[in-house]
Amino acid sequence: MMSRALPVFVLSAMALVAAACLPFLHVAPNRLLSGHAVSPLAWPLAAAWLAVIAVTAVRIPMQRVVVTATAWFGIAGLPWLAGAEAQRILSDASATTRVQPGAGFWLMWLAAALLLLDGLRGRRPAVQVAAWIVAGFTIVVLAAAGAFDGLSLVREWRAQRAPFAAAVAEHLRLAGTTLVLALLTGAPLGWWVWRRRRADGVVVGILAFLQTVPSLALFALLIGPFAWLARAWPALGTLGFGGTGAAPAVFALWLYALLPVVRYTAAGLDAVPADTRDAARGLGMSRTQLLMRVQLPLGWPVLLAGLRIVAVQTIGLAAVAALIGAGGLGRFVFLGIGQGATDMVLLGTLAIIVLALLVDFVFQAVLAWTERRA
Amino acid sequence: MIEFDHVTKRFGGHLVIDDLSLRIDDGEFFVLVGPSGSGKSTLLRTVNRLVPVDAGAVRIDGEDVLSRDVETLRRGIGYAIQSVGLFPHRTVGENIATVPRLLGWPEGDIRARVTELVELLRLDEPGIADRYPATLSGGQQQRVGVARALAARPRIVLMDEPFGALDPITRESLQGSLKAIQRDTGTTILFVTHDMDEAFRLGDRVALMLDGRIAQVGAPLDLLHRPANDRVRDFVGGTRARLRELAVRTVRDSMRVGEPAEGEAVDVADSLQDALAAMLAQRRDRLPVNSRGERVGAIVLADLVANGP
Ligand SMILES: Nc1ncnc2c1ncn2[C@@H]1O[C@H](COP(=O)(O)OP(=O)(O)OP(=O)(O)O)[C@@H](O)[C@H]1O
Ligand SMILES: [Mg+2]
Repeated sequence: MMSRALPVFVLSAMALVAAACLPFLHVAPNRLLSGHAVSPLAWPLAAAWLAVIAVTAVRIPMQRVVVTATAWFGIAGLPWLAGAEAQRILSDASATTRVQPGAGFWLMWLAAALLLLDGLRGRRPAVQVAAWIVAGFTIVVLAAAGAFDGLSLVREWRAQRAPFAAAVAEHLRLAGTTLVLALLTGAPLGWWVWRRRRADGVVVGILAFLQTVPSLALFALLIGPFAWLARAWPALGTLGFGGTGAAPAVFALWLYALLPVVRYTAAGLDAVPADTRDAARGLGMSRTQLLMRVQLPLGWPVLLAGLRIVAVQTIGLAAVAALIGAGGLGRFVFLGIGQGATDMVLLGTLAIIVLALLVDFVFQAVLAWTERRA
Repeated sequence: MIEFDHVTKRFGGHLVIDDLSLRIDDGEFFVLVGPSGSGKSTLLRTVNRLVPVDAGAVRIDGEDVLSRDVETLRRGIGYAIQSVGLFPHRTVGENIATVPRLLGWPEGDIRARVTELVELLRLDEPGIADRYPATLSGGQQQRVGVARALAARPRIVLMDEPFGALDPITRESLQGSLKAIQRDTGTTILFVTHDMDEAFRLGDRVALMLDGRIAQVGAPLDLLHRPANDRVRDFVGGTRARLRELAVRTVRDSMRVGEPAEGEAVDVADSLQDALAAMLAQRRDRLPVNSRGERVGAIVLADLVANGP
């Protein structure tokens, strides 16, 4: 009982402190200046979190359901509250005034999300998926209804709609290309490594070393060779090859993605017991048939779990690619930092996080689905 | 006919099969028996080329196995192993259908064959063909393993301790099923075990393998009565050899025709070991013998003790 309640206590206490002591909103006179803190609903929010703690402390029926439902309402309700408050503040302020969510909001929102995660633990995958989908959908509906229009983040987005959409597309293209390349090369390499275990050490060693190179350094290191390639073969240049741009970025991301793909491919192939392989070969399956009919169906969940990690990692790393002109959401982050425009940084960062979560979610859903079928 | 012609196999520097020659006739139930590590599995696996030989040749019907396409060769030979190695993501029916499917049998034939094998191996729990291997008992899994090996009606079946991890009763029932199937179909079976009792119960001929060589090959009674040397004598049972002999011989061999006896009858087809067990259970030294339910004579303890060479 105690061990179950502990995370709820810690998270609610964190949220309680955030509600009472940290700014819920920031109000700034314009886009570039930092403003002052406003915490309009500090005490009602703190009281709500106190109630969650109280519900956890005493024995009541449906305790877990109550806490989980509260968390769920927090996820959709906190942004709604922030949006409504911002609207109210803006109604008698100058046109350039910006209202931003503050640390208090972010911490409470995080606490609500983690509480929901904790509350859903052990539930059927379908229930978990449904809970998150409905939460996400509610936020989207609220956004469409204009509930968040007062927040500067949304204003920033409205102002930069076209470049933002382009950046999302670029980001997805970078990550998608990397994933496909990594799968097409990493899976056969993983198979080869798995077949001759002696090569395992060498290949994995090289790839593991590559992982330790800081991403910024790797991107910078690639500028030279790629510029040289583009000069040596002008035809490559017309394909978008050059010292900067998407080509070296995808190359670097691909190098980072390779190790996990190779590792998880080998692990997936190992998911088939040696006896089963022996029987399959002994009954007359060819290597390809063994792969397609036995190893892939059995190792698929492991490989998919690996791809999920690679996908999330790549979406995060692709932000850095903006530094060598590959575009993507990283551009918002770095441009924003350069201009001192916090909203822009936040917009890029949030979008990257949401993309990573979405991709993670899709992979999880596919995984749950394949496992249920097995 | 399977022929091993001066076969040699090393793993690293370790000699596992040592210049071994052996012939197995068509329709024979041939058992390779020997201690752990003597090379039985390795020898068996040279037949379907899971192990390539270093020297010598393995021939089937006079044709070197190396001259055949390896997948075609294997699809023509049944293969069952101790750990079973069922495909966990396939149902029992699909597991059994593996080789027929590889051979491209029509779907209707496959279904019929699966049904037939499910009955033949007494896997007759309703709906078992649609269940997954993980939901089966160990004994049922072994039966599925055997069914899978027999599915495409191969003329040769290789079995490597297929009843390894089973309790004695299940084991004996499976041995019975297999022996009956083999007799009915005339399949050539090469069967590996390290259980001497199993070897003598099943084998038309038994080869005792020691250190990569055949120490002796012959009918079970040959090995029991005329062991080639002391090591063979030790392995076929030493002082327990007579007990094994009772398992191989039937009541028919030793009964006194027409003599009367008291007690619960044994059948002429029972092994002498069963008859001895019945005497011990009933605390009698002679029991009546029935054939097809008719009283035909008696079996006497003194005869069991005295008979034999
Ligand atoms: N693939 C292999 N690589 C290296 N050594 C092997 C290999 N397969 C078998 N051996 C060795 O060959 C010897 C014989 O093995 P084998 O499996 O044929 O014995 P076995 O008679 O079947 O024993 P058991 O009754 O324990 O199954 C053993 O010493 C084993 O370690
Ligand atoms: Mg063996």
